[in-house]
Amino acid sequence: MAKEKTPRQEMPRQAPQVRRHNFDEVALGYSLETALAEAGRCLQCKKPSCVAGCPVQVRIPEFIGALRNQDFRAAADLLKDKNNLPAICGRVCPQETQCEAQCILGRKDKPVAIGRLERFVADWERRAGVQMPQMAPATGHRVAVIGAGPAGLTCAADLARFGHAVTLFEALHAPGGVLMYGIPEFRLPKDIVQAEVDYVLKLGVELRLNSVIGKLGSVNELLAGGFEAVFLGTGAGLPMFMDIPGENLIGVLSANEFLTRNNLMKAYRFPDYDTPIKIGRRVAVVGAGNVAMDASRTALRLGAEEVHIVYRRSRDEVPARLEEFENAQEEGVIFDFLTNPVAVLGDEKGYVRGLRLQRQELGEPDASGRRRPVPVQGSEYEMAVDMVIMALGTRPNPMVFSRATGLERTRHGTVVANELTGRTKLERVWAGGDIVTGAATVISAMGAGKRAAADIDAYLRDPGAGPWWVEPKPAE
Amino acid sequence: MYRIVAREDLAPVTKLFVVEAPEVARKAEPGQFVIVVVGEHGERIPLTIADFDRQAGTVTIIFQEVGKTTRWLGTKKPGEELFAFTGPLGIPSEIENYGTVMCVGGGVGIAPIYPIARALKEAGNWVISVIGARNKDLLFWEERMRSVSDELVVTTDDGSYGRQALVPNAEKEILASGVHVDRIWAIGPAIMMKFAALASQPFGVKTLVSLNTIMVDGTGMCGACRVEVAGKTRFVCVDGPEFDGHEVNWDLLMARQRIYLDEEKRAAALFEDQCPSCRSGSH
Repeated sequence: MAKEKTPRQEMPRQAPQVRRHNFDEVALGYSLETALAEAGRCLQCKKPSCVAGCPVQVRIPEFIGALRNQDFRAAADLLKDKNNLPAICGRVCPQETQCEAQCILGRKDKPVAIGRLERFVADWERRAGVQMPQMAPATGHRVAVIGAGPAGLTCAADLARFGHAVTLFEALHAPGGVLMYGIPEFRLPKDIVQAEVDYVLKLGVELRLNSVIGKLGSVNELLAGGFEAVFLGTGAGLPMFMDIPGENLIGVLSANEFLTRNNLMKAYRFPDYDTPIKIGRRVAVVGAGNVAMDASRTALRLGAEEVHIVYRRSRDEVPARLEEFENAQEEGVIFDFLTNPVAVLGDEKGYVRGLRLQRQELGEPDASGRRRPVPVQGSEYEMAVDMVIMALGTRPNPMVFSRATGLERTRHGTVVANELTGRTKLERVWAGGDIVTGAATVISAMGAGKRAAADIDAYLRDPGAGPWWVEPKPAE
Repeated sequence: MYRIVAREDLAPVTKLFVVEAPEVARKAEPGQFVIVVVGEHGERIPLTIADFDRQAGTVTIIFQEVGKTTRWLGTKKPGEELFAFTGPLGIPSEIENYGTVMCVGGGVGIAPIYPIARALKEAGNWVISVIGARNKDLLFWEERMRSVSDELVVTTDDGSYGRQALVPNAEKEILASGVHVDRIWAIGPAIMMKFAALASQPFGVKTLVSLNTIMVDGTGMCGACRVEVAGKTRFVCVDGPEFDGHEVNWDLLMARQRIYLDEEKRAAALFEDQCPSCRSGSH
């Protein structure tokens, strides 16, 4: 008789009606029992396709194998061999489109819950005490890494492990980048980010906070001042607005401002923390990406009575992770699809009183492959709201390019870099993450930081090995 | 950490700190600002750079105690440290030899106008300065301003010192007297800058103002500091802080400055409850 198949193990979460009123983490993590049951589902493929789906090629079957044997330390070491920040990735990676999408089990059944297992192992290690990895002897080479977000932290950690002296420059007063200012506590607790940062610092990385490169000195000055290589990982921090009437009314915020106040500055704990935040009774969040989900769920937790997500396309085009979309829905966020603001309406005192919206229908696919929203003429209507949060995406912050010469940029403001190596057009300068790709994911930034670290290491060991810039082959 | 090396109480509620920040001092230029965080739970506030000493590695800030953060800052003594001190941020003033320039400083705005006046003087301009405050007690840096000005007019709103006038009125009188002025810098409270810009408008003299809006990061990330200039949305932190005063939408600016007034009052009241000795002017 065939052995009964173990189903994919669910991870417990706080109930929607409870969690929409607190900032504690929503997902609660596997117990040992469920983790072992889930690990038991892995087929331990000889040629694992899941690894190919991971931007940093985590040794997935191996760490799951060690977990099955309850050798947690070995599992953690295997995990961290490729991933310096597993507790973060286990929480915020879109596994459903990466490793888990490639899992063989997924063809007939549900894939192994790789992300949840990663989280389990990383959390075990954090509680048990983090061990130092093997470090190469000091090389004497000095590298500057700009931006202490996912790309910069990953790049700095790998470079330190290779034996290089790394200085990590961060513009804000806390490290972590988007992990700190963007992603809310309920999705990624800040003490977990801090623990992962502490690990990177333990590797010998020197962190300089409050250091705005571009203002304190240019990239070129860093190169001239003793750094042999510079990695740019400053992300995509500039918020976009719609350029519609009324956008500067009181009560209209960028998602960046709303989330930074709440996450980095901890405004949800005002007045224990000094940064204030206002919350409307009826809030509209414009956009439907992960940032929009974070903003709308944060608004609920701050006490908004009704939160709407206003999105110009339909449910099928929602760019947020399915899990986050579902979380938002469960918590009571109302989705208004196929509609787009044409103006923000204000009262006589300059406060927001509503949105004027226009219905949309879907036309032909655009450059992104998604069907383009087309305004329906004569369909304008009003919606009463007293707060509007613009979550329309972000662009790279040009500040790091101030007074820098030799760095080529695209018309989107991203820096031109070879995707395999991270090399920019300026010799000895590498870049990776959102500054190259525009707003993307934490893990893709980490992958870029990792590839750049490997190339920086190779370059420092043999600078004359080949030409600096090789024109990337056009995509087929 | 950023150590306070000297402190001077310029007026009961106006304090000057010299802060050890060698990296910032090395790059600071007139017109720029820093973001200051007093302590771990503190908020990020922008303060204009009042002076800098590259050799000593120090930056001078001057602030008026109004809300919780500035009152808390006002309790700090030499030897104590600030949690964060980030800069220099914003675009420096455009200093060149324009000919005759006027530097108008109102209240605490005298602090940021000083390094601009000094740089303009060094660039060869004829510098006419107008500084003023509500009353004699709130006035500071008269001698410093005199040392970098070819002409100096001092006013108080109540006439307790110098001429009794509002600074924009004194500015207007000079322009009306027929003195040719090529460019004006006016820094102070928003209402003063609005009237300083209105005063120069009929004379067609370009008037630069330094806007002090609410900020969070100060590096272009959040947009809390949005203003409308010539009908376009600009970020004060990265596009400014200086703009053409004739093009600023002042009413919007002032409305946006008041967004968190209720929260500010609440925080200040709580602070005074917890720390009676921190009441403004009582230390």
